Amino acid sequence: MSFMPYVAPEQLMKDRSDYAHKGIARGRSVIGLEYAEGLLFLAENASATLHKISEVYDKIAFAGVGKYSEFEELRIAGIRLADLRGYQYGREDVKARDLANAYSQALSTIFTQQMKPYEIELLVGEVDGEDDGTSIYHILFDGSVSDEDQYVAMGGHAEELTDALRDRYQAGWDLATAVRTAVQLLATVPETREVPAEQLEAGVLDRTSTQRRTFRRLPKDEVSSYLG
Amino acid sequence: MSEPLPLHLGAAPFGASPSFVELLRTERPDALPPGSGDGPPFPVPHGTTVLGLKFADGIVMAGDRRATSGNIIADPKMRKVFAADGLSAIAIAGVAGQAIEMVKLFQLELEHYEKITGDRLSLEGKANRLAQMIRSNFPLAMQGLIVVPLFGGYDERRAEGRIFYYDATGGRWEENDYQTTGSGGQPAKNSLKKRWKPGLDRDAALRVAAEALIDAADDDSATGGPDAVRGLWPIMVSVTSDGAADVPEADVIAAVDAVLAERRDAS
Repeated sequence: MSFMPYVAPEQLMKDRSDYAHKGIARGRSVIGLEYAEGLLFLAENASATLHKISEVYDKIAFAGVGKYSEFEELRIAGIRLADLRGYQYGREDVKARDLANAYSQALSTIFTQQMKPYEIELLVGEVDGEDDGTSIYHILFDGSVSDEDQYVAMGGHAEELTDALRDRYQAGWDLATAVRTAVQLLATVPETREVPAEQLEAGVLDRTSTQRRTFRRLPKDEVSSYLG
Repeated sequence: MSEPLPLHLGAAPFGASPSFVELLRTERPDALPPGSGDGPPFPVPHGTTVLGLKFADGIVMAGDRRATSGNIIADPKMRKVFAADGLSAIAIAGVAGQAIEMVKLFQLELEHYEKITGDRLSLEGKANRLAQMIRSNFPLAMQGLIVVPLFGGYDERRAEGRIFYYDATGGRWEENDYQTTGSGGQPAKNSLKKRWKPGLDRDAALRVAAEALIDAADDDSATGGPDAVRGLWPIMVSVTSDGAADVPEADVIAAVDAVLAERRDAS
């Protein structure tokens, strides 16, 4: 029989938490913010095909930072959950809150029961066409979930970005201003530098869209046109 | 009321399957349209005539509005033509309940694939997937619950519209110009044979489609003709490189009116 040395639960959790933090801090950041017509997710992403931002359902979008394989797994699980629920009940019964809860449960279980925690953070965003409301849920590697108001940053330099957003953010920005400002902020961490449009990935949930599926990936030339 | 859905991680052996139908079969088989069992001992509504044709920019699919159950008109305003996704359309004839559910599942199948993989299925891929779904309905087809769709769309790789038709066993054939199915399919096809030409423009294509449905309604009691009193017009969906969209009702009415006016003048 193998002998397990005693490790205090506090220490165990702290070690895991440190490990996850380190993994997440290595990656680039994602900003999510509300603008006049909906919700913008903007990420710095060197790959044009391995996405950090994705559609989940008609009015729900997803963003992940950290280890790609881990948040991709959760992205797919989320789309499956949403499509199954929408088919079994009704399309309007698929809610971001349920999805955020499911992610929270899954990540919490992984954090406490698996050898290694997931090194990821997630955003689940939703627009509501009826009452102009948006919700953004921010889910951490240990399953803790918070309901963010108007803007959020996650990833390597989340704290600096959140502070900067607090200073700069104004409700009612148009899409161009929202993209431009978010990119300016991303370009200040870890040090001030140039972020070319090819390195950006952006997606919006457009509340004013006439389509059922409101998610739209912004093409590179549209992003560069906003950067001016 | 079923229990809340668990968020499954790593359920697939290797790589996530982008198929919604497979997901439903493993996770919630009870929610699937029935795949086997006894046929209904009672009459069920049947959708009747639908058609698809190519024109210069893509394809048009059209269908009448009637559903019958034996000699009864079960529904005078049923919709049998649908956009399947952004670049394809599906039209159904056969047992209505079964067929509508198949359309819903097919639409979700395409959307689910697109979201999981980040790519839209090729038109060929969509047509094959539909054939598999019809094949899985085969036990029911043997009991008389037959669903036969037409499928068409704009093929981005070939830059042209394409039309496929199916039989109840899931057999799949590609059609070069036009195709019809349903109880009024034969008269509609005869009409198209005379009127359809390669390279029609959009207005002409709508008119040819309207005329075929009017001819089908003339000869087939299960096909409903246009009804100006109750405002029941055929439903048409066009698919071009710009996307799949319902043809506005005003355009459908104009096409029907043009056909009827020509007939009045001739008689």
